[in-house]
Amino acid sequence: MAIFLFFLLSSVCVGAVLGMILSKNQAYSALYLVLAFVCLGGLFGLLGAPFMAVVQIIIYAGAIMVLFIFVIMMINLHEGISREKKKWTIAFSVVLALVLLLELVLAAKGASLGQSPEGSVSPKEIGQLLFTKYLYPFEITSVLIIAALVGAIVLVKKREKE
Amino acid sequence: MIPAGYFFFLSIILFVLGIIAFFIKRDLITQFMAVEIMLNAANLAFIALAKSHHFVDAQVIVFFIITVAAAEAAIGLAIILLIFRQKKSIKTEEISSMKG
Repeated sequence: MAIFLFFLLSSVCVGAVLGMILSKNQAYSALYLVLAFVCLGGLFGLLGAPFMAVVQIIIYAGAIMVLFIFVIMMINLHEGISREKKKWTIAFSVVLALVLLLELVLAAKGASLGQSPEGSVSPKEIGQLLFTKYLYPFEITSVLIIAALVGAIVLVKKREKE
Repeated sequence: MIPAGYFFFLSIILFVLGIIAFFIKRDLITQFMAVEIMLNAANLAFIALAKSHHFVDAQVIVFFIITVAAAEAAIGLAIILLIFRQKKSIKTEEISSMKG
């Protein structure tokens, strides 16, 4: 059952990423990406990480992609993406990416991947780690997010010319 | 149970697809989405290895990666908006003023 779910989710995920690459409309690309991230959330759930699955769906598929879609709406390119791309750059990048794929697969073959034991990590354990061992990184991350949000607002704000 | 290697190979495939998308696409927003795909592939590899080695801390690290990615998305999209206001375009061919 789990293996069937894995193949279903992973094929939908890879298909959604392919759709994102092939679609010419940026809004459709963003929606395909939402699908891919939801599938990844399901895969995290299969890996015994229910908390990360929920965080993935809420933050990535929810917050970040909504931000993307807002920006796509604000930019609103009518003309679409130009089709006069150079063919050889596409072929070259695909070849290079395939070389990288081969290299990564060869590297992963030698790695000790272990047996993947049963059981999942409850949110309680993650919370305890977050507020004991990783307390300082947690607080620093919150400061980072505040800084990023203030920075984004200041960057995008329209200034009045004096 | 599903072997951890399957998840690892899926994450490799996703990473390579993200790189292909980054090089093929010609507008900043889609390239930024490709970067997000690569980040997620790394997260998947992290969680797969965390499970196979029974290492709970990795999930906390993935949590930090996701929050920092949110901050990065906010800043990156703000910069893309600024570029669009200045150049009236987000295509990478037309943003070549630093090309010498």
